[in-house]
Amino acid sequence: MKFFFSSGHGACPGCALPIAVKNVLYALEGKCFVVNPTGCLEIISSQYDRSAWGVPYIHSVFENAAAVAAGIEAALKALGRKDEGHVVVFAGDGATADIGIGCLSGMFDRDHDVLYICLDNEAYQNTGNQQSGLTPPGSNTTTTPVGKLLPGKVGKKKDMVAFALAHGVKYVATASVAYPMDIRRKAKRAVEFEGAKYIQIHCPCVTGWGINSNETVKVAKLAVETALYPLVEYENGELVRVRKIKQRKPVEEYLKVQRRFRHLFKHPKGKEIIEMLQKIADENAKRFGLDE
Amino acid sequence: MVRKVVRGFYAVAHAVKLCRPNVICAYPITPQTEIVENLAAMYANGELENCEYITAESEFGAASILVGASATGARTFTATCSQGLILMSEVLWNAAGMRLPIVMVIANRSLSAPLSIWNDHQDSMAMRDACIMQVYVENNQEAHDMIPQAYKIAENRDVMLPFMVCMDGYKLTHAYEPVDLLDQETVDKFLPPYDPPIKLTTKDPLTFGCYAPPHCYMEFRVVMQRAMERAKKVMEDVFEEWAGLTGRNWGGLIATDHMEDAEVAVVAMGSVVGLVRDVVEEMRKEGKKVGLVKIRSFRPFPVEDLRKALKDVERIVVFERAVSFGHEGPVAMELKSALFGHSDAKVYSFAVGLGGRDIPKQLVRKCIEKSEEIEPGFYFEGVKDFEEVIV
Repeated sequence: MKFFFSSGHGACPGCALPIAVKNVLYALEGKCFVVNPTGCLEIISSQYDRSAWGVPYIHSVFENAAAVAAGIEAALKALGRKDEGHVVVFAGDGATADIGIGCLSGMFDRDHDVLYICLDNEAYQNTGNQQSGLTPPGSNTTTTPVGKLLPGKVGKKKDMVAFALAHGVKYVATASVAYPMDIRRKAKRAVEFEGAKYIQIHCPCVTGWGINSNETVKVAKLAVETALYPLVEYENGELVRVRKIKQRKPVEEYLKVQRRFRHLFKHPKGKEIIEMLQKIADENAKRFGLDE
Repeated sequence: MVRKVVRGFYAVAHAVKLCRPNVICAYPITPQTEIVENLAAMYANGELENCEYITAESEFGAASILVGASATGARTFTATCSQGLILMSEVLWNAAGMRLPIVMVIANRSLSAPLSIWNDHQDSMAMRDACIMQVYVENNQEAHDMIPQAYKIAENRDVMLPFMVCMDGYKLTHAYEPVDLLDQETVDKFLPPYDPPIKLTTKDPLTFGCYAPPHCYMEFRVVMQRAMERAKKVMEDVFEEWAGLTGRNWGGLIATDHMEDAEVAVVAMGSVVGLVRDVVEEMRKEGKKVGLVKIRSFRPFPVEDLRKALKDVERIVVFERAVSFGHEGPVAMELKSALFGHSDAKVYSFAVGLGGRDIPKQLVRKCIEKSEEIEPGFYFEGVKDFEEVIV
């Protein structure tokens, strides 16, 4: 296997990001241009003279990856070089759902031939776990800290799948580092569609979530098995596939193994949040027909 | 070459077309909009070969799209001004650091608040330190001519930096003037296709936009400064080649009139230069030893040329179209720093025409004459009597 993302990068032990990136690049056989906004992945992989990337790579600023990718695609088209490779964005959840959402909307709207992958570790983890639009409710982050009054984040996780679908994005899917073969299949399937594509990959963060470095995959799996992170796939706006759950687990099993949710089991408002999360999971299961 | 009476925005759009850009991307903003509207019409009519035209979701997006396109090896163009330019600002600093020769036209317009769509230079001055070349043009012929030259300078391997062609919003963009329009053959002869030394390609994968820890950051900034310094010579060479090719000599980094024996030098940039020239001619006829220094390149700043041109003058009158609030006019600031230790001339800095306030000829003359009686310093001219109310 050729290394499109080589070892020696600076990710924490147990980091989910290289799992996601390597599997996507492997699926696309390295035939791609990578755009990466500021964030964890950028910092661990693109230091001067120590780049981990075996594919053409560009980092511009925090909030413009979708636009930079659109520019690459336009240039390849204008220069007659479209067959050189796919244009792929690897962006964090904050860069995607918060600061970069304007550029993302523009890229979706103009339907550039770009595969946009959101590596969702559910907070600004590069800078030490500040809440983003994709941080789930109840999560203890440094900007939504647990206090006497507040039980961590109040509010919900932004629905970026719905955002992509509302733009008419032809291929929209969620994935998880717990299922690498599924990531590969989805990346391959995505690039069969001409135009904008969106895949959101759930990537546990060892430091921000407070899990052991050997539990990344286990925790990612629990998110899927509780139906808190449903794995879904839309083609041309239609739900075409979901990952079924054999025996759905209660959300507590996912929450209790993570430091960011630990307070929910003793905070006066914790029970309310856990019930809310269970309700979200139940609704996911019903909406997507997850229970086998 | 054919002479036509056209408006400034068309003169620019036509020249851009002849430069064979690969990616044009913009977001509408008054008074720049007509430039990209004309390009959009050319695109719609199939007049732009091997070119993609994109209407972005914002100026920020437009600049970002051009970063991706330029890094991939495309010749790129955008136009903006005012709020749009400062919205682009983060990306433009980034483009300069990545050494991307994006060419843009700034239809100079004031900044909010209060909102104003009219002309001054506050917008481009806000980009002064971004390592982007800035050339100010006096009329629409110069704007037209500057486009191919901008590409040739920006894409020179000794330079590789973004280029802003600054033309006064409305005063030039919307003015009808006779312009000798270039033809494709002339531009093709002058401007070779863009062939960057490095680009994003799967054939030779490179990493663009790395991050640099303290042990290697400074060297990147050193080479940016060097590129700006080298750009001075590249500009002079390109300007000279242009004069030879078209017979139109716009001068070097600066252009001077009557400076040989001048005691008073008047310094200006942009469309006001034409008016200042008229006043200088008028005063010359009256036997007054007045000369004109038109600054063409504000970045890189023509330090050596200015020292030479201004070495014997007693007074320097600067017409400012912007303010560095808390200090004074930005052109005078730069000028004084260039002349420090090289000249004893007294410098008078007059801010005029902010937010499109009219600049009558009498006002220009009044400032020059007034400098004989007042202390050197910074003055606003053409201001109404008013009372400041602090509530």
